[in-house]
Amino acid sequence: EKTKKSFLSKLTRTVVGKSRVDAEVLDNLEEVLISSDVGVETTLKIIDRIEAKVAKDKYVSTEELNGILKAEIANLLEENNSSSVDGIVIPEVENTPYVIMVVGVNGVGKTTTIGKLAHQFKSMGKKVVLGASDTFRAAAVDQLIIWADRVGVPIVQQGMNADPASVAFDTLQSAKAQNADVVIIDTAGRLHNKVNLMNELSKIKNVMDKIVPGAPHEVLLVLDGSTGQNAFEQAKQFSLATDINALAITKLDGTAKGGVVIGISDQMKIPVKYIGVGEGMNDLQLFDKVEFVDSLFN
Amino acid sequence: MFENLSERFDRAFKVLKGQGQITEINVAETLKEVRRALLDADVNFKTAKEFTTKVKDKAIGRNVLTTVSPSQLLTKICHEELVELMGGEHEDINFKGNPGIILMSGLQGSGKTTFSGKLANWLKNKQRKNPLLVACDVYRPAAIDQLHVLGEQLGVEVFSNREEKDPVKIAQAAITYAKSNGFNVVIVDTAGRLAIDEKMMDEIAAVKQAINPTETLFVVDAMTGQDAVNTAKAFNDKINFDGVILTKLDGDTRGGAALTIKTVVDKPIKFVGTGEKMDALDIFYPSRMADRILGMGDVVSLVEKA
Ligand SMILES: Nc1nc2c(ncn2[C@@H]2O[C@H](COP(=O)(O)OP(=O)(O)OP(=O)(O)O)[C@@H](O)[C@H]2O)c(=O)[nH]1
Ligand SMILES: Nc1nc2c(ncn2[C@@H]2O[C@H](COP(=O)(O)OP(=O)(O)OP(=O)(O)O)[C@@H](O)[C@H]2O)c(=O)[nH]1
Ligand SMILES: [Mg+2]
Ligand SMILES: [Mg+2]
Repeated sequence: EKTKKSFLSKLTRTVVGKSRVDAEVLDNLEEVLISSDVGVETTLKIIDRIEAKVAKDKYVSTEELNGILKAEIANLLEENNSSSVDGIVIPEVENTPYVIMVVGVNGVGKTTTIGKLAHQFKSMGKKVVLGASDTFRAAAVDQLIIWADRVGVPIVQQGMNADPASVAFDTLQSAKAQNADVVIIDTAGRLHNKVNLMNELSKIKNVMDKIVPGAPHEVLLVLDGSTGQNAFEQAKQFSLATDINALAITKLDGTAKGGVVIGISDQMKIPVKYIGVGEGMNDLQLFDKVEFVDSLFN
Repeated sequence: MFENLSERFDRAFKVLKGQGQITEINVAETLKEVRRALLDADVNFKTAKEFTTKVKDKAIGRNVLTTVSPSQLLTKICHEELVELMGGEHEDINFKGNPGIILMSGLQGSGKTTFSGKLANWLKNKQRKNPLLVACDVYRPAAIDQLHVLGEQLGVEVFSNREEKDPVKIAQAAITYAKSNGFNVVIVDTAGRLAIDEKMMDEIAAVKQAINPTETLFVVDAMTGQDAVNTAKAFNDKINFDGVILTKLDGDTRGGAALTIKTVVDKPIKFVGTGEKMDALDIFYPSRMADRILGMGDVVSLVEKA
């Protein structure tokens, strides 16, 4: 609330027909963006764009400036970053089931996001199977079992300390036999600077193609919405190891804004697909870029 | 990941080669680089601003020794200032009492349960204590199992009650149990919570009030961005914690949140988490943290020698 007020009140100082945005407005814009974890580089990029745009077109009102600003930020987000009218969909693939592998650093919300996704798919009448390939973190398998029970979907697991690639292999085999529509594979949290663990991830990924050619169809990188600039490096390193092609941002029900994804989406051309807004199974939403940009100024 | 600070300084000072003194004019560009380095490291926006002003005041008018370049001198000033801000001496966790009681708090996924295990391990093996772990997270799926698995690994008993849904009652019962069974430190793990979740914040305040801990800890992920300021402040306002635990420092984050938290709530950082294993904890060194935030290599030691 506070940010919005001060930001908008600063905006009203601007004068009609100006061809330059005054320094005070820009300072304020910078503060809003940096405080939302947008990062210096992306912030400067946004400010440059606003300046260029205003110099060319001259804005007439604060609303207009506000509109230009939001449009410019939204432009940095990937093209396909707006929610479809149909809500969550399972894309058509040549070889079914549609396989989603979920990856990310420790504690970001991978397992919870899987529970929520499974619930969404199940509510759509789809047949979902979960695979417990986090065989490392204490009680990780138990946690996914509880989610599977809660949602009412089958889970494939080999207990703790099993080979995660072997669990993934098993899960796909079982899902195929059951004629499942969607498979979601949980993996252990790992920091992206740990080479061995990143290699293990490539291995888990590669084994799936042997059962379902083309799988995993979706490698979903989960980012914690309260993470700062380190999320960039996470996106880079996980991309290198697993070709991530979708992002989920969690914990946006808190005060953190998750602004770092603007730069990530812009530079790496990876769409943000989902946002997490709570710990319950209904607390998952499709990412809506207009709403997201609005929330930076709320 | 990022260009390190001394490289940035060298670049900023390049145009000014040969100037023997740091002045208002020649320092401006360099301070911009300092500020940017801090923001890239996730230091809070306002904290970064204040910091650069301080550094500027210290730097202006200082003569540059012939052996040291302006950029090296500025790096040294930044480093000194940062170390000072992050607190000098290491402060221990207070676990003395009958029993000593340690309460964990923090956001979801910050590393509370893992750190509870690490601390139990440290107390048992390094301090010859007999700790009891207490499972007060009644919400997260398999949170109680997670603590039991860790306890079993460590040979440390875990107190839990799967029928009881009130963390206050579990914590109280655990302390009674500890007293009559010869445990001398009680470590209370709690559920993750958002600072704006009033009901959950009231809950942890109630737990604290009921058990009167010797030490209340705020566990925070070192990768946290600008929100660190809001969270730390809100938790401190509500439960007035005694110390901070910075987790996941085995990653490559600069960890600027450490500086933010220290500046905003002025509570010492007591331990850092450096891995998922139970012995992956380390005491906090302000100087190493300063290096890390500034992304510095050997510049400081170079200047020390000069
Ligand atoms: N408030 C909030 N909490 C969340 C959200 N998503 C996950 N969490 C919580 O964050 C914590 C960690 O979530 P997990 O799903 O276990 O995270 P993970 O990435 O699987 O963790 P590891 O497997 O240990 O790496 C749990 O307490 C979740 O309830 C969200 O969108 N909002
Ligand atoms: N690499 C690394 N991982 C850590 C560290 N501390 C904790 N973790 C991991 O981070 C994830 C979350 O840790 P937890 O201890 O479950 O976090 P929590 O705060 O208890 O989470 P909630 O109870 O869901 O709020 C797990 O995967 C841990 O293994 C650390 O210092 N380094
Ligand atoms: Mg998990
Ligand atoms: Mg926990």
